[in-house]
Amino acid sequence: MPILRTLLASLLVLTAGLTTFSYATNGFRAYTSESARRIEVREHPRKVPDVLLVTADASRTSFASLRGRWLLVEFIYTGCASYCALQGDDFSRLQDRLKGPLARRKVELVSISFDLKQDGPDRLAGYQKRFGDRGVGWLAARPLDQKGLAKLMRVFGVTAVPDGAGGFVHNAAIAIVDPQGRLVAIVNWNDLNAAEQYVTHRLTT
Amino acid sequence: MKPSPRSSALAGAVLWVILALPPVRHVLESELTPQVLVQIPLLALAGALLARLFSRRLDTVMRLWNDGGIPGLLLASVAGMTWMLPRLMDASINEEGYALAKFLTVPLLVGVPVALSWPKSGFVTRGVLLLEVVATAFRMGWLYLVSPERLCSNYLLGDQQRLGKLLVAIGVVIALVLAWQLIWGRVRVESPQ
Repeated sequence: MPILRTLLASLLVLTAGLTTFSYATNGFRAYTSESARRIEVREHPRKVPDVLLVTADASRTSFASLRGRWLLVEFIYTGCASYCALQGDDFSRLQDRLKGPLARRKVELVSISFDLKQDGPDRLAGYQKRFGDRGVGWLAARPLDQKGLAKLMRVFGVTAVPDGAGGFVHNAAIAIVDPQGRLVAIVNWNDLNAAEQYVTHRLTT
Repeated sequence: MKPSPRSSALAGAVLWVILALPPVRHVLESELTPQVLVQIPLLALAGALLARLFSRRLDTVMRLWNDGGIPGLLLASVAGMTWMLPRLMDASINEEGYALAKFLTVPLLVGVPVALSWPKSGFVTRGVLLLEVVATAFRMGWLYLVSPERLCSNYLLGDQQRLGKLLVAIGVVIALVLAWQLIWGRVRVESPQ
């Protein structure tokens, strides 16, 4: 009976299709890579690779030496004229809001530049100054080399696309790294409340 | 005159290889619009051309399992729908495994089943499928047009909105052509079998 076989074949196709679709969308939850990275990070925290960084005061540090405190990490480039400019502003506001934990070195704000060509220590320092760095608990840095940058961008799920005018369009967000050095959450770049509550809640419990 | 199965299969294979060449991939994947409107459709076309090579040999199987072309067209729709997911288009650029999956599944699971099933399908099946194609073009076009956020991390917002406009335009054109054919064209209502 071709009709029955056709029905059976159609059902098989539908089942296989729905299974694949469900797998490809993390169970019908993530249709874009941005929402997928947030769900995946939340459900399976990722180890942040120990990449060497050059900081705004031209010294060296690394993600390993930042362990032991909560990190709020943003990827930026200092030449940004659009909304990434607000990212710097937000970090100085977070410095006020998280004053205590930052002073006790329980939390650190970290701005990482992905523009290795342009952003040296002087420009990083200028970026912090421009946005009113309060002087405590905000580290601006860039990876030492391209290889380290590529590793970080992969683990954090950051994509930066040249915008054709010398700048970049990038998926800005605040990434949260726990004291064990694991990326555990990603919140909207402008959702200071979420970032603040995430760490203060975990520091008080 | 229709080209022989052998020569169209050869054309399909050549098209497949050309699309997979790194410089061609780079150009077609550098923006969202050519990936969606050129690369993916041409990959499906490559599969459809290849399918002519074995369409006769599969005739018995098709008669038994692909009555009226319904399972085949269903397979093509589901596979096509999966490759419309923004995150998979992103992944096919960032990760080699997904790139390979795209280059294999679009020809084999979209192009081949359409080529094997379309000739067997009747008026109603074709009508439903074509309506769904028009509706999908409108739905996706509208989504890309109104989304204030970038749906693919690899592409710019302007590119996304251009694709949205083009998809809506394509939906309008297909709908007009179909309406024209229904009103003034020759419509064969009976099943081809």
